[in-house]
Amino acid sequence: MIKTWKTGISAAALAGAAALVAAGPGFAQDAIKIGVLEDQSGDFAAATNVKVHAIELAAEEINAAGGIDGRPVELVIYDTQSDNRRYQEFMRRVLQQDQVDVVFAGFSSASREAYRPIVNQFDGLAFYNNQYEGGVCDANMIVTGAVPEQQFSTLIPWMMETYGNNVYTIAADYNFGQISAEWVRQIVDENGGAMVGEEFIPLGVSQFSQTIQNIQASEADFVVTLLVGAAQASYYEQAASADVGLPMASSVNVGQGYEHKRFTPPSLSQMYVTTNYIEEIDTPESQAFLEKFRAKFPEEPYINQEAANSYIAMNLYKQLVERAGTTEREALREVIAEGDVCFDGPSGTVCLDPKSQHMSHTIFLAKVEEDHSISFPRVWENIAPYWLGDAGCDLTQNDPSAQYTPSNPPPAN
Amino acid sequence: MEFFAAAFAMAYQFGDAFAFLVISCAGLAIIFGMMGIINLAHGEFIMCGAYVTASTARMGLPLPLAILCGALVAGIVGMLVERIVIRHLYQRPLDSIIATWGISLIATQGVLIVLGSTMQGIGTPLGSIEVGDRSYSAYRLVLMAAAVALLIGLYFLFYHTRFGVIARATIQRPQMAQALGVDTRRVYGLTFGLGAALAGLAGGLYAPTMTMVPTMGATFIVESFVTVVVGGADIFVGAAPAAVILAAIRASLTAWYGQLFGQIGLLIAVIVVIRVMPGGLSAWIKGTRQ
Repeated sequence: MIKTWKTGISAAALAGAAALVAAGPGFAQDAIKIGVLEDQSGDFAAATNVKVHAIELAAEEINAAGGIDGRPVELVIYDTQSDNRRYQEFMRRVLQQDQVDVVFAGFSSASREAYRPIVNQFDGLAFYNNQYEGGVCDANMIVTGAVPEQQFSTLIPWMMETYGNNVYTIAADYNFGQISAEWVRQIVDENGGAMVGEEFIPLGVSQFSQTIQNIQASEADFVVTLLVGAAQASYYEQAASADVGLPMASSVNVGQGYEHKRFTPPSLSQMYVTTNYIEEIDTPESQAFLEKFRAKFPEEPYINQEAANSYIAMNLYKQLVERAGTTEREALREVIAEGDVCFDGPSGTVCLDPKSQHMSHTIFLAKVEEDHSISFPRVWENIAPYWLGDAGCDLTQNDPSAQYTPSNPPPAN
Repeated sequence: MEFFAAAFAMAYQFGDAFAFLVISCAGLAIIFGMMGIINLAHGEFIMCGAYVTASTARMGLPLPLAILCGALVAGIVGMLVERIVIRHLYQRPLDSIIATWGISLIATQGVLIVLGSTMQGIGTPLGSIEVGDRSYSAYRLVLMAAAVALLIGLYFLFYHTRFGVIARATIQRPQMAQALGVDTRRVYGLTFGLGAALAGLAGGLYAPTMTMVPTMGATFIVESFVTVVVGGADIFVGAAPAAVILAAIRASLTAWYGQLFGQIGLLIAVIVVIRVMPGGLSAWIKGTRQ
């Protein structure tokens, strides 16, 4: 109560803290304006500051190489303060007042669902560069993050094969956690396992003794942790000190909030995460990306999956505009419909799927070791975001602007 | 043995919730409960204590000393804040809300800018203990002991020392205390500093178990305000029994229905208490209405 009221006003007071990043000189034509709405302060800042830096890095590279189709890139950056209302406010501002050509926005699924109606209302184009619970079938959105068929259909069966069939899920209590937990439930069921427990934790909760005891009382073979935000991350420390000792599986940890760097070993050991990129990935593409990134931002604490996705998204946008010869959204979507929009980025080759406007990924299974170093027991190459298309979402035919889940699939027609 | 293990599990959860409520509300009980200052920067004193504890512990200081360091620094910062800002606003409670809220913004944003969005944690000491077929964090038992020790220590401070008597007298009847030669400004400053130090102590005690981020103080705020509001103006006949009742509500609801219902129960309890006994538990126990 007090907390919400306080952050509400605090956000309003800081609303002026926006920055304009000007493009380099030497361009004759008008700049292409890109709105960037990411959390640079608040509960999610640890995971999302780096996204802004990745976009700045990509913009600098693009401008140095002559811009997009000869036009310079200009970033319009606002700090959304981990607050859904700021997303709505700034989304209106970038689309109406700043008249940007495209927006890169959002970390939490709650923030995405907060701003998506506004993008629809003004018929804009937004890139959501975050892994999430999947199912957004919306022509105004391009999603470069990984989705459940990429992260859970790989992870959960592997965990069940390795550790056993009894699964306990603890998830953040909002759309991301609820829908992700539904995916886990379904995949566990399909593979002949059993859910021995499921608990949803309100955002901002930091004390987990009772949850830990419930997990210990169950017969779980491993725990699926879908916890979000800095407060909930306290779970790992508390579970480790109570010696829970169960393997953990997640789609959000390590790859976003680099918990293995922030916590004292061995609190995260035996954590398994499916991610499309983290800085430990030792490929030439990844090394080249890291080198450029560290040269521009030497202080960066961790270069995570969202940083790579944001960087890829900038380059995909450049390709779309150059192939279409315009920034007009329908023309860009016609290019996507050709089905060959791909980019060789930090995480390997990725391609946009025309039906869902989501992206294919190579998925790495990252395992946190005793000393918090990372190993990769398994890699799944080029997993397509197939679920939406198979379920009946086809953005080349129609645009329902809706989010679907396994229990609420697209209507058959 | 089976029964003992189950009883221990319940007692542990109750104790854990109780310790969290007592430790997080102690500072606020003095600043808000006793002195009547609404201090929205309370969470930032907690964060200050936690950050100082974590950084001194990482420099090699033993954890208990590091926690005391955290409390001390938070106390000194509190006294400075009192002298520079709050002292001028004792008669203007609404203005003090705005001022302390501004301090809170400056503190969280300043820490974010200077120290970055996270700080590496220090790890929970003491490992775990086995009771029945479950294991528990031993450090949490230390926290429970610390909560009880804190209450006993404060009781002695306020009822059996010269400072405590003068502080209570000054807060209840400032003019009278002044007439008797007490330097009330100094007493206010020290008492506020004590409240801030207790907030820092809360941060220091919980620092090993939590994520270190600039907004970490906020996770204590709801619980501590709820406890103080339910408890009323007095720490011992108010906040302590309030913590017992709220811990029982929270631990049982969380055990049966999960974290969400634990939080809902806590907030419903405060609504009921405000409606039924506006002066909080302490006024009701003392049989007076404010």
